[in-house]
Formats: sequence, C-alpha cells, structure tokens
Amino acid sequence: MAEISSTLLYSAFIIYLFSTLFFAMSISDKKNKDAAHTKKWGKVGFISSCIGFVSQVGYFITRWMASGHAPVSNLFEFTTFFGMMMVLAFIILYAIYRTNGLGVFAMPVALLVIAYASMFPRDISPLIPALQSDWLKIHVTTAALGEGILAISFVSGLIYLIRTVDQSVSSKKTMWLEIILYSLISVVGFIVVSLAFKGAGYQSAFEIMNDQNQPVKIVYEMPVIAGPADGKQLDDSFGPLFSTPSWMNGVNASIKLNTFIWSLLSGVILYGLLRLILRKRISAALQTKVNMNSDLLDEISYRAVAIGFPIFTLGALIFAMIWAQQAWSRFWGWDPKEVWALITFLFYAAYLHLRLSRGWHGEKSAWLCVLGFWIITFNLIAVNLVLVGLHSYA
Amino acid sequence: MMQTITCECGHSNPYGTSLCQACGKPLTQDVEVLSSMRYEGSARRSQTYNKTFVDHVWNFFSSVKVGVWLIVIILVAAAIGTIFPQETFIPPNVDPATHYESEYGTLGLIYYLLGFHNLYGSWWFIILLGMLGLSIIVASLDRGIPLYKALKQQRVTRHDQFMKNQRLFSVSKDVEMEEVKYTLESLRYKVREENGNIFAEKGRFSRWGAYVNHVGLIIFLTGAMLRFFPGMYVDDILWVREGEKASIPGTATDEGQYYLENNEFILEMYDKEEKKFNSALSSVDGEVAKNYQSNVTLYKTKPDHTVGEDPELVKVKDGEIRVNEPFKFDSFALYQTDFKLNEFYKMSFELEEKESGKKFGKLTVDLHDPKQEYDLGNGYKVKIEEYFPNFILDEQNEPSTVNNLPDNPAFVFSMYSPETPKGEKAFVGIQKNIESGENQFKMSFAGIETKDLTALTVRKDHTLWIIALGGLIFMIGVTQGLYWNYRRIWIKQNQDEVWAAAHTNKNWYGLKKDVEFLSNKTSLIPLEEKE
Ligand code: HEM
Repeated sequence: MAEISSTLLYSAFIIYLFSTLFFAMSISDKKNKDAAHTKKWGKVGFISSCIGFVSQVGYFITRWMASGHAPVSNLFEFTTFFGMMMVLAFIILYAIYRTNGLGVFAMPVALLVIAYASMFPRDISPLIPALQSDWLKIHVTTAALGEGILAISFVSGLIYLIRTVDQSVSSKKTMWLEIILYSLISVVGFIVVSLAFKGAGYQSAFEIMNDQNQPVKIVYEMPVIAGPADGKQLDDSFGPLFSTPSWMNGVNASIKLNTFIWSLLSGVILYGLLRLILRKRISAALQTKVNMNSDLLDEISYRAVAIGFPIFTLGALIFAMIWAQQAWSRFWGWDPKEVWALITFLFYAAYLHLRLSRGWHGEKSAWLCVLGFWIITFNLIAVNLVLVGLHSYA
Repeated sequence: MMQTITCECGHSNPYGTSLCQACGKPLTQDVEVLSSMRYEGSARRSQTYNKTFVDHVWNFFSSVKVGVWLIVIILVAAAIGTIFPQETFIPPNVDPATHYESEYGTLGLIYYLLGFHNLYGSWWFIILLGMLGLSIIVASLDRGIPLYKALKQQRVTRHDQFMKNQRLFSVSKDVEMEEVKYTLESLRYKVREENGNIFAEKGRFSRWGAYVNHVGLIIFLTGAMLRFFPGMYVDDILWVREGEKASIPGTATDEGQYYLENNEFILEMYDKEEKKFNSALSSVDGEVAKNYQSNVTLYKTKPDHTVGEDPELVKVKDGEIRVNEPFKFDSFALYQTDFKLNEFYKMSFELEEKESGKKFGKLTVDLHDPKQEYDLGNGYKVKIEEYFPNFILDEQNEPSTVNNLPDNPAFVFSMYSPETPKGEKAFVGIQKNIESGENQFKMSFAGIETKDLTALTVRKDHTLWIIALGGLIFMIGVTQGLYWNYRRIWIKQNQDEVWAAAHTNKNWYGLKKDVEFLSNKTSLIPLEEKE
C-alpha cells in the first residue's frame, strides 16, 4: 500500500508538470492566437490538472490506509497536502474565471511546494499522544485548504504585478519583484542541491552537546558552511566556514541554517544563469508573455481571499481552538504557531478592510497578497523549523 | 440642527443624508452618487457631527483607517512576541531577569526590559484589544443602523440622476418589460414593480454579513475578558500517586468536595519492531510515546462533612484519562498533563553493628510521612532527628531541602542500643553516610519502593460557551458577507426610453454576467461600464 501511495504521488507530480506545459501552450503560441487554440489547450490543461489532482487524492487515501492515520502529521505529509489544496483551489477558481494564464503560474508554484515537501523524511511515522485526535485531521485539512486558496490570491497578485509594473526603468518595485522570483528560484535551488548531495551520498558528522548536556552525533548531508555552535567534526570533510549562533534552538538548528544557506547560494546561481540567458530582468521577460486583463487578475486575487479567509479562520483558528481545548485544556496558549495563525488572520482582515476604499484596489492589493503568502509560508516553514513551541514537528 | 431634508419625491430624510433614501436623488450639488453608494448616502453620525468631544471620539473610532491601524499594530505586536519564547515557555526554575540575557544576549536583555517576555498579558496589549473592540462597535453602529434604514426605505422608482450615475448603465427603446421581469426572476432576483418600473434585488442579507461577524467578534472578546472574573474559571494542577486519593482543588461546594483516586498510571511506547513505523522509529534515538493514561475513580464527600477531618467518601464513577480525552464531571474536566515515574515512596534500612555485621531489625520510612521514632525491640530503636526530602547543601553549606518532594531523601538518624543508650548520630542519604565521630552502629540501606504519579489539569471554564457562540456568529457573518453579495438592477421607463442601471457591493464580475444574460435574453441594450 505504501508503494502504491508513492507511485500515485509521483504520477500526480508528472501530470501537474504536463498541465503546466499545456497551459503555457494555450497562451504562448504566437502564430496561432485564435480563440479556438487557446480554448483547446486551456481545456487540456484543466482536465490534466483534474486528473493529477485525482491521482494525488489517491496517494492521500492509500497512505492513510497504510499508516492508519490521516497523512497530515509530519512536515512531508502536511506540505504535500498543502500543495494538493493549492491545486484544488486553482481548479475551483479556474472553474469560475476560466483564465489559462492563472494555470501557467499556479501549477508550477504547487509543483514547487510538492517537490519541496518530498525533501523531508518520507517515512510513515507514529502519532504521539497529543496528535491522536480526530480534530487533528479536521483542523489541519481545513487550515491547509484555506491556505491553498489564499495562495492562489498570491499567484494572481504576482501575475498582476508582472503584468503592470513598469519594466522600462529599474525601480524599487522591479527590485522587489525580482526578489520574489528569486525566492521561488531558491526553492528550486534547494531541491536541486538536496538531490545532488543525496545522490552523491555526501555526509559530514559532528558531535555536539544537546540541551541535557549529553553528547549526540549529528550528520550533515551537504558540505558544511555553517557548523554547529559548539561541536567537534568527526571526519575531515569540508568546512565549516563559521559556526551557527548559539541562540538558534535545537540540535538540528545548524543543519537547517546550512541547508538554508545552500538554497540561497544555489538560488543566486540559477537566477544569475537565467539573467544571462534572458539578458533582462526575469519579470521583464515574463511581462512580454502574459497579456491577461489586469482588472480580472485583481478580481481573482480578491475573490480568492474572500473565499479563503473564512475557511482559513475555521480551520486554523476555530478548529485549532477546539482541539487545543481538548488536548491541552486551553483553547489558546500563545504558542508561536498559534500566534502566526492569528497574524495571518489579522493580516487578511486588514486586507479586506483596506479594500473598502478604492485606492487600495489593483497594485497595492497585489503587493498585499504577496506579503500575505509570505506570512503563510513563514508559518508553514520557519515557525516549525526556527521558533520553538508545541507544534514543531521537526 | 436636526432639521430634516425633504426631497422632491416627497420623502423626508434625516439631517446629513446625501442621497434621498427613497428615490436616490443627490440632495446637494456636490454629491457623487457612485462613491456614496457604499452606505446609500445615508446620514452617518460620523459624517454629520464634528463639534463636541464625544463627536471626536466617535469619529475617531468609527474610522476604518483607525481600525486598520489597530489591527496592524496588534499584528506587529503579536509577531514581536514570538521572536523569543514568552515567559510561560521558559524553564520554570530559571529567573527571567537573567535567562533572556544569558540565552539571547543583548537583544534578549532589551526584550526582557521592554516587557516583551510577557507581551500578551501586558496592560498595553489588553488596551489595544479593548480599543479594537470599541472601534468595531462604533464603526458598526455608525454604518449599520443608517444602512439598515436606507435599504428598507428604498423605492422602486429612482431619480434620473441616480440611475445615470451608476457604474453600469444603458438606455434602450422598445423593451418588453414582462420579458425583463421574467428573465430577472429566472436569475432568482426578487422583483418589485411600481408604475411600470422594475427594481430587482438579490442577496440583500449578505449586506449584514460584516455586522454579524463584528457582533461575533465582540461576543468572543467579551468571553475572553470574562475569564478574569472569579468563579468563571478554574485552572489548577493535581498530582496524585498511584493507589492514593487526593481532593480535587476548586471543586468544593455545599454539596461536598470531590476526591480522585489514581488506580494506575499507564505509559506505553511504540514497539520498535512494528513494521509500519519501522523506518521512522529507527531514525529517532529514544522511544516514541504511544499513550499516557490514568485510570481513576471519582469520589465525593457527604454534603455535611467538615473540613480537615477524614471524610467519608462516596464513589461517583470510574474513568480513564488520556491526552485528548479529558474526564468530565459537573462543569469540570480533568486533563492528562504530566507524570512522574518511580517516585521514591518508601525507604528501608537496617540497624547494623559495623564490626560484626550483625543486624538488629529493619525499619521502613514512608517518605511522605516519616515517623519520629522506630522501636526495633530489645532496647534497639532509631529516631529521625532531621529529614530532608529533597536534599541540597545551601549557600551556607548547611544541609537543606529544595521542596517537599522526596527526590533525594536524606536523614539525620539517632541510633540507640543497650550498649549506646545515649545514641549515635549519622547523616544518611543516597550514597552518603557521614558520622559525627566513631560510631559502633550504622544504618544500612535495605531497599526502596517507588510509585508512579500522574499530573492532571483541573479545569472549569464557564466562558467557553460564550466564546464558542462568538466564533459561530463570526463564521456565519463572514460566510454571509463574503460568499454572497447584494446585487440590484433598476429598470425605469423614461418617456419613450427605458433606462437600466445596476449596482453591487462586490463581485462586479458576477453582476456583469447577470446583466449580460439579461440583455441577451431581452431587447435591452447591454449595460455599459464607466470608470
Ligand atoms: C480583527 C478584527 C476584525 C475582523 C476580523 C473584521 C472582519 C470584517 C470582515 C470579514 C468584513 C467584510 C469585508 C468585506 O465584505 O469585504 C468587515 C467589514 C467591515 N469592517 Fe471589520 N473586522 C474587524 C475589525 C474592524 C474594525 C476595528 C473596524 C473599525 C473601523 C471595522 C470596520 C469594518 C467596516 C466599516 C466594514 C464594512 C462594513 C460594510 O460593508 O458595510 N472592522 N470586517
């Protein structure tokens, strides 16, 4: 069962890849700009996204059967599920607005999320007592669906910015747009480096003291740039170039920091290569490709927030509170993960109120949607990996 | 001051109104119809009065700009609170005044000095939440009430200027009004007619969504504040040893007091051999917990028992408490929170003559309730002069105890025998045996008994239903306001022309699809959008 499950996930991944291509075909062919062409490839793209989604649902169900609990209990499972919810959100919004351009950007972002997820340990892990509750699956799935829909508002906002920001001069706006694209590219970088070093079987071991002051062995799987705060290298492999500040928490803090640095570095290289090939800003190159109506993009991104906000609130705050009341006897404890869910909620509440006044439609809204997605990913990744609390899976 | 404005259509509007509440005619020259549409040009207090102190306060809190600032400030404050752990998350036995600096350096010290280590309970954070609540109330009253009246008073026939200035508008000729009416109804609009004119509306209830959700938020915030009132909330921790009974704090009433017996504490670990989890379990060092459970029995005293005396207990029920499965009775719930395995319970010693190794009897000390004297018969006895349940040498290098938990028990014994009637003193602890001079006898260690303890959180929370109600109303409100929208279409016969106009509070895309459908199905000229 576990094998069927991985196969289904793998095929979903490949199908999503194809549907991205199909959507790209639908908007890119210059000679063949007639509506029939666009419509045909758009339809193919949409149907293939749906098939991919069904395949991923198959992965979800079979993994559930294999492990005996809903597969949303570690970082790999949760992040994969988040990617799946992004695809679902895209399918819903596509059904309403039928915009192929959205697919060209939404599907790759979902792909990136799923690929990123599969870099975490994929073992089926047992549930500790605190996680043994039906509310776990209800809370996590609803929250992820809400976040998936909000992620589409980011995608749409990003396209809006690519479409409208003036690329004839370099400005703060073009710089920020490049930073956003660079961050996405860094995720690609992370995946590439992880696969490369894993494939080569690279390892470097250190002995460090854990919180109880006992020696433990930690193993890096990438060349060590950031060494542990206070550790002894057990072999003569490369590095470290400097040591991790001691306030970063947990035995694995330095490994995470090291991986992060590698992601940024590989991102720089990939980004640089792209710039060399394109000979202009990446957003400028993309701008020539997209010709969607900017009002429609603004509408889609607002609509995604309008749909996603209540679902997010229900899943990430209300169901979370019910569960916390049962598991920890209090519905709210100001744990960092809880606080960041509240911050997300407040942020989108502010967004909705700002949109009550006209001046905030369009470009400002689009920037806000980007920022909102940053908050969501920060909560998904950084809070688990960096800040301490009850929710740290890792 | 309070004079009303009578429109040419005959409707009398309150002072401050900008569009006639019945026909929509702009009541002064400089009124812009479209931007007034959000609140129907109704007389909002904040837009009308600006003289007294109360006016200023009202206008301040009713402003959306202020509201957004409040939300953003709270958001930023909440984020700052997660940079370093809050005081409640740092280890219980450290002093925060030094902990933040030693752990996080100068930034940690600044964090502590600014009080951010207890941010969410700080007075200024609570005040911010209060201001947010006030702002929600004022802003909602300021808009909600006039809006409600305006939507109720609106008439079918609208003024020309009102029609012409809508964002979607067209002029047609020769329109079959019955057809228009029929089409609108097929789109599930509610259609009203007056003098051959049509007013169609759909989803008016969604206009109340924001107000409903704000009411929910206020109820939620109120519930959260009620926590501070005595009697609404009990939060205690109860440690019980296996096989013992303890009175449950906070549960005393006239009807009696609850007691809990811990029959057994169970700790289960996952089996490393289990195939399913094999690879995950082999990659972690220790074991992974599967279950924490206390099997308990609940008792209650008779109503008339007096405090202190050994109460007569009546069994109420048995129960099992696990993480995620609290044990409930009356308005209380007990939660599995913590445990301690193998706490020292009884320690045994033998009185031994050092030279011969001969033993003169055994004594067992209950570490929670040691006796002063143990008579071993035949003139042999042992007295406990001093007892340190959790032994430590204090700053003056004197023996002392950290607390009453027997984690590291130590004793000063006096040993008496027919040969040593004055007694010999010895200090005995774990792996320690110190004598004051040269003794003939010693206390030799003869075994220890241990017990498991369970820790349960005792909770009563009368605010929960208020908070739940607030959450429910909030969810209803946001769904109502964000998943539906209020669409209106007006059709007016103007001499030989037919004017059509449409408006929605949001989702213009949906409204445009409606009017497109309408003009396709009828002879109405498509409505055009103006910016
Ligand atoms: C965390 C706090 C708050 C939440 C979650 C919240 C939520 C909402 C939501 C979901 C809407 C509907 C938005 C839309 O339909 O596009 C709304 C509308 C509104 N909110 Fe809030 N709100 C909050 C605080 C405030 C505050 C402090 C004010 C004070 C100025 C305020 C004033 C308004 C106004 C004026 C509207 C528009 C009402 C209408 O459409 O007639 N809100 N709010």
